[in-house]
Amino acid sequence: MSTRRSLYLPRRQVIRGLLATTAFGVTSRLVGCSSAPESDAGKTGAETAGSSGGDKPLVVGFIYVGSKDDFGFNQAHAEGAAAIAKLPGVKIVEQANVPETTEVQEAMRNMIEQDGATVLVPTSFGYFDPHIVKIAGEFPEVQFFHFGALYQEGKTPKNIGSFFGDVDEGQYVAGRVAAQTSKKGKLGFVAAKPITPVLRNLNSFVLGARSVKPDIQVQVIFTGDWSLPVKEAEATNSLADQGVDVISMHVDSPKVVIETAEKRGIYSSGFHAVQSSLAPKGYLTGTAWDFPSVYTQYVEQIKSGKKLMDGSIPHLTRGGLKEKFVKLAPYGAAVSDATKKDADATQAKLIDGSLYVYKGEVKDNAGKAIIAAGKNLKVTDPALDKMDWLVAGALGKVGG
Amino acid sequence: MAAETVGWWGVPLAIAAGTMRGGTPFLFVSLGECLTEKSGKINLGLEGTLLTGAMSAYAISYLTGSPWLGVLMAGVSGMALGFIHAWLTQQPKVNDVAVGIAMIIFGSGIAFFLGKPFIQPSAPQLPTFDLGGWSSISSLQEALRISPLFLLGVALAPAMTWFFKSTRWGLFIRAVGDSPDAALAMGVSIKKVRMLSIIAGSFLAGIGGASLSLYYPGIWSERISTGQGLMAVALVIFARWQPMQCLYASLLFGGAQAFGPALQSVGITQGYYLFNAAPYILTLGIMILTCSPTRTISGAPGALGSGS
Repeated sequence: MSTRRSLYLPRRQVIRGLLATTAFGVTSRLVGCSSAPESDAGKTGAETAGSSGGDKPLVVGFIYVGSKDDFGFNQAHAEGAAAIAKLPGVKIVEQANVPETTEVQEAMRNMIEQDGATVLVPTSFGYFDPHIVKIAGEFPEVQFFHFGALYQEGKTPKNIGSFFGDVDEGQYVAGRVAAQTSKKGKLGFVAAKPITPVLRNLNSFVLGARSVKPDIQVQVIFTGDWSLPVKEAEATNSLADQGVDVISMHVDSPKVVIETAEKRGIYSSGFHAVQSSLAPKGYLTGTAWDFPSVYTQYVEQIKSGKKLMDGSIPHLTRGGLKEKFVKLAPYGAAVSDATKKDADATQAKLIDGSLYVYKGEVKDNAGKAIIAAGKNLKVTDPALDKMDWLVAGALGKVGG
Repeated sequence: MAAETVGWWGVPLAIAAGTMRGGTPFLFVSLGECLTEKSGKINLGLEGTLLTGAMSAYAISYLTGSPWLGVLMAGVSGMALGFIHAWLTQQPKVNDVAVGIAMIIFGSGIAFFLGKPFIQPSAPQLPTFDLGGWSSISSLQEALRISPLFLLGVALAPAMTWFFKSTRWGLFIRAVGDSPDAALAMGVSIKKVRMLSIIAGSFLAGIGGASLSLYYPGIWSERISTGQGLMAVALVIFARWQPMQCLYASLLFGGAQAFGPALQSVGITQGYYLFNAAPYILTLGIMILTCSPTRTISGAPGALGSGS
């Protein structure tokens, strides 16, 4: 009896279920049918736009994972977008708050098909695989520029280009400024996740600080995600409780950390964008992306007829201070003149190549030598893209 | 110098401070939900109300320069959402939970839509009572910087207990929630009581949002709540629909949020993902402990979510 019971299905439910499945099937069929000719139209539109060059405006689509004015990563990109929108013959379309899911594929498709975008800049790291890769395969005439050094020769479609800024040099200088301004010799760092880009930022900050005071220590707190305002505030408060007097961070929106640090009367060193206005007293400096410069360089190349597809625009572009991919935020009121002078000199040395951020011997915080003595690594060295260690002087642990 | 750093004391201190700083939104939302559920309706939409409250408080505080006006506006915007929920859920054959989920999406959507221009500017914050002036330790001073909203919430919890127990209106709400038929026989309008309870509960949740954006962490961003509204709803079950227990539970949850970062700041790095997830694990644990298919939870309003 009991087995019969469990298998018993009311007739009405079966009919309803079948009807619902049919309806769903029909709609997805219809959608599937209608999208095919549209994508063809999109392609031809893209081709004409590409060939006619100067007549039609170049439509560039920007997609952000958060809101555009978060004083952070997204704002930095949006400032770049605003800069190229001012260039003649360039039109930008933007969409904010697009999660790293299939939703970004829809956003890209819409920009290509409805707005006629021929260049797309989906900014967030997690958009790349599988979303950009998939859409790039569907629209081979559209050029995609993604932020992150993820392009792989032979594997990634030819119409995708990666560009990445090396923040190491900027953070090295910021670390020096922090160490010289700190009175207690204890620095703090609020980090989102223990992944390579965050660790590079953190380690170069520590290396910079220790190049001034070799015994300085940086307490690290990982919050676990890119944007957790309450945790970031708690982390900042906890660091301040421990006597830390300069805090740097790598989270999507540094606003909370910088404002909380200002409330606690300690210094902060920013990231992503220029945040001086948030902390007039305590903001020292910080590494900010120089996307207006990066995007303007790209638009000029595209307008002069260069393309990713034939390789005339390199598929992987990286840069640091020298290439104007990153810049240092203007020094805050708390930075002394001597420190400013030292920071400018350090910056000049990093740009002309006479100073290395990763100068052997570099040990991790467990005492293991990572870079041998006498060996210097350039910031573009591929070994650094596999960074999974915390440098000596950073108090924390990568594996939770 | 020794007095400046607190070392290991930082952990209990951060948790204590976290209970007051981070517990305030939980407290208001859970008291609001407690009031709503006492009348026999569930309002899951308080997550959306919290976000709308946070956004409107920040926006009004920024535009008018008066944070208290922002707090009021947060409550009023909460009431508007509460009215929609109350009206919808009292239609025939409408499920509270489904409407609640819709209201989460609606409330957060409207907050994100209207809140766009207010992410960047800094709004004036609520004043705080600095009770730590006697101490020379800056971290203690900071921990004792108490928001008037927190004190208001703490005062509200016993007031609500008294209200349910000893007032005529409290009795009406309990009657409607426990036995609508009896309430009807008493000559009480079930619809009106529930409407008012939901609206008043949403008002409180809106104020909880104001505490997020105008006190701690004191910004408006789309990620400001990270599920605190939903956790507060779970917390009401944990607190067995007792306002005083809502207070204790909120403090516990607020402290749990501070746990992960505080441990890392003193150098305990083992398992920080686990400690960071403390509030969520706590919610899950509570749900498992309190749910049972064989018995009903004591203290639950009899007609809760039954649709009658």
